[in-house]
Amino acid sequence: MIDNNQLLRFTTAGSVDDGKSTLIGRLLYDSKSIFEDQLEAIENTSKKKGHEGVDLALFTDGLRDEREQGITIDVAYRYFTTPKRKFIIADTPGHIQYTRNMVTGASTANAAIILVDARHGVIEQTKRHSFIASLLQIPHVIVCVNKMDLVDFSEDAYNNVINQFEEFSSKMLVKDVRFIPISALLGDNVVNRSENMDWYQGAPLLHTLETMHISSDINKVDARFPVQTVIRPQSDDENRDYRGYAGRVEGGIFRPGDEITVMPSGFTSKIKSIDNYSGELKEAFAPMSVSITLEDDIDISRGDMIVRSNNKPKATQDIEVMLCWLNNSPSRPRTKYSIRHTSNDQKAMIKEIVYKIDIETLERNKEDKTLHMNDISKVKIRTTKPLMIDEYRENRTTGSIILIDDTTNETVAAGMIV
Amino acid sequence: MSKYYLNYLDELESEAIFVLREVWAQFDNPVILFSGGKDSILVTHLAKKAFAPAKIPFPLMHVDTGHNFPETIKFRDDIIKELGVQLIVGSVQESIDQGRVAEEKGKNATRNALQITTLLDAIETNKIDCAIGGGRRDEEKARAKERFFSHRDDFGQWDPKNQRPELWNIFNGKHFEGEHFRAFPISNWTEMDVWNYIQRENIAIPSLYFAHEREVVWRQNSWIPNSEFLILEEHEEIVTKKVRFRTLGDITITGGIESDADTLEKIANEVSGMRQTERGNRSDDKRSESAMEDRKRQGYF
Ligand SMILES: Nc1nc2c(ncn2[C@@H]2O[C@H](COP(=O)(O)OP(=O)(O)O)[C@@H](O)[C@H]2O)c(=O)[nH]1
Ligand SMILES: [Mg+2]
Repeated sequence: MIDNNQLLRFTTAGSVDDGKSTLIGRLLYDSKSIFEDQLEAIENTSKKKGHEGVDLALFTDGLRDEREQGITIDVAYRYFTTPKRKFIIADTPGHIQYTRNMVTGASTANAAIILVDARHGVIEQTKRHSFIASLLQIPHVIVCVNKMDLVDFSEDAYNNVINQFEEFSSKMLVKDVRFIPISALLGDNVVNRSENMDWYQGAPLLHTLETMHISSDINKVDARFPVQTVIRPQSDDENRDYRGYAGRVEGGIFRPGDEITVMPSGFTSKIKSIDNYSGELKEAFAPMSVSITLEDDIDISRGDMIVRSNNKPKATQDIEVMLCWLNNSPSRPRTKYSIRHTSNDQKAMIKEIVYKIDIETLERNKEDKTLHMNDISKVKIRTTKPLMIDEYRENRTTGSIILIDDTTNETVAAGMIV
Repeated sequence: MSKYYLNYLDELESEAIFVLREVWAQFDNPVILFSGGKDSILVTHLAKKAFAPAKIPFPLMHVDTGHNFPETIKFRDDIIKELGVQLIVGSVQESIDQGRVAEEKGKNATRNALQITTLLDAIETNKIDCAIGGGRRDEEKARAKERFFSHRDDFGQWDPKNQRPELWNIFNGKHFEGEHFRAFPISNWTEMDVWNYIQRENIAIPSLYFAHEREVVWRQNSWIPNSEFLILEEHEEIVTKKVRFRTLGDITITGGIESDADTLEKIANEVSGMRQTERGNRSDDKRSESAMEDRKRQGYF
């Protein structure tokens, strides 16, 4: 594999039976990423279930409950590699806990594939998926118009979907949308170009995924370095004087000599060195894990953030977020939750539910003041100590938070800072 | 101007280092589960990078079934010496002697399932709150849903239907007394990624991974090594073959493949042309379609 090959993470969205599992199975199968013993297992199961041929969907339907019920219940990750890129697929199920799972899968994705059944066109679900993709700021969206074989590979059917989609998505913040007519079942325009749709001039899905420009998806301007832990060798070690701040660059570019400020304390210093295991680096950018040493001896610990002095995030105890509720038990008013933002752990309270979004109609509901699983709402949160935040659309890492219920330790909500 | 993006191996490395540092920051008493196989060697290598120039700040733990390849044990002891870290050993033989578990009988008997008890006992007695493993999501379908931080209840059990959602890279390792976590820093690596990286970094791995002459017997579609534990069936015959192992488990159940690959480069080439998953050669996974999931629920690696 070539040295410069990048990693692309994508998620798939679609209603039940739109063909998500089949599409993923097809991508893996046609890119020769399914091993013989896996294929054999699928063949056996297909036979047991009375399918003719191999049901490619079975390849992604992993756990026993799912195999028995024939449904996907959680986010599963799949991998395949082509000579051009390595891919990670977040495969999310298409039913009840859908919002929560799609939000999870979307949180790390560079791209979303939204499946539309060519026979049904854009439906409420499609709007919902597009909304989540825009909410999570997935940089690239590919709308795959599937089951083209069932509409005689008709260009009109395809154009209808495009028109319907563009009509409603103009109101949303999706930067890069593309459309591809496919048949996941037969393989048309998935890996190989379709021979049934001469009228389509664009690239098949895999080629699109292999070539789409993703390196500018990461913020290169606002330098952010949340400190995870401090590296200090033991006193008997030859490196005992070393004191490095370990973390991952989450935005911008750092270089030795940069004037930095440590937040929230406000102390300033200069970067002495940026190190990794192999030695000192000339620069570090997202998402590199490094350790940073400073010219001055200042007190820094986990939860602090090193930033360039001329470009600071906002330090505040009051944040507004688009919150997705993830837990079975609903939100409790006037309850303290743990809030985690990068490596910073604080307590927080939901002060106000500004509105809830009806995920079916995308309308705002200002009356309902309880958050249930899968609800998406705009809320105001007050934290016990300041967080160093950016807006989510500027930076997906320094712009996101989770809430943890201290009575169960479960992650109950995820939020995008607006 | 230089390029401002990472290639896929650097990105995977950076992600794994991030996870390892999160483990160290969020837990009081983590360990690396060290089996002597390539995945746990890789995790150890990444931990070395994550905390350099300091030593790895936590111990390695080996669940010793007593049915080891001798090469594995030597490799383990050498790496411990080199890293200057503590080794914790949980012994399956001791669990058997103490009556905690009973040995399976018959020719296909393995100590694989028995490891679960020994592992959970060792976690409890050593007050370990996070066991870092080399599990990868591409290995097996039950693993495809694992989180980076995977919660275990106070019986050490995994509940795949009730996992904590994991968004972005915010990991929630909060737990109550008696519960622990498993952490999987190389979740997103495939077998091919592992080999490409081992080759790139020239990481030392046990000689068993390289093609070598060995006494073996053909059983369940692979070459099972001759050892003091092997019980020969009537029609079976010990032969000498040039083999290598794709994964390392107990000597009693780990099947080799015939191969001439005796360098990392040749291994990487061979793996990229393989049409069988690496676990296809392990009889512990062949017992039923959900064999792995069942073991994982109970607390397996
Ligand atoms: N004719 C046709 N059927 C398809 C196509 N893609 C999927 N299907 C079928 O639609 C059904 C649902 O597919 P599946 O992949 O399980 O959908 P999921 O629920 O979105 O994962 C299955 O019977 C598939 O065989 C397609 O392109 N053409
Ligand atoms: Mg499905």
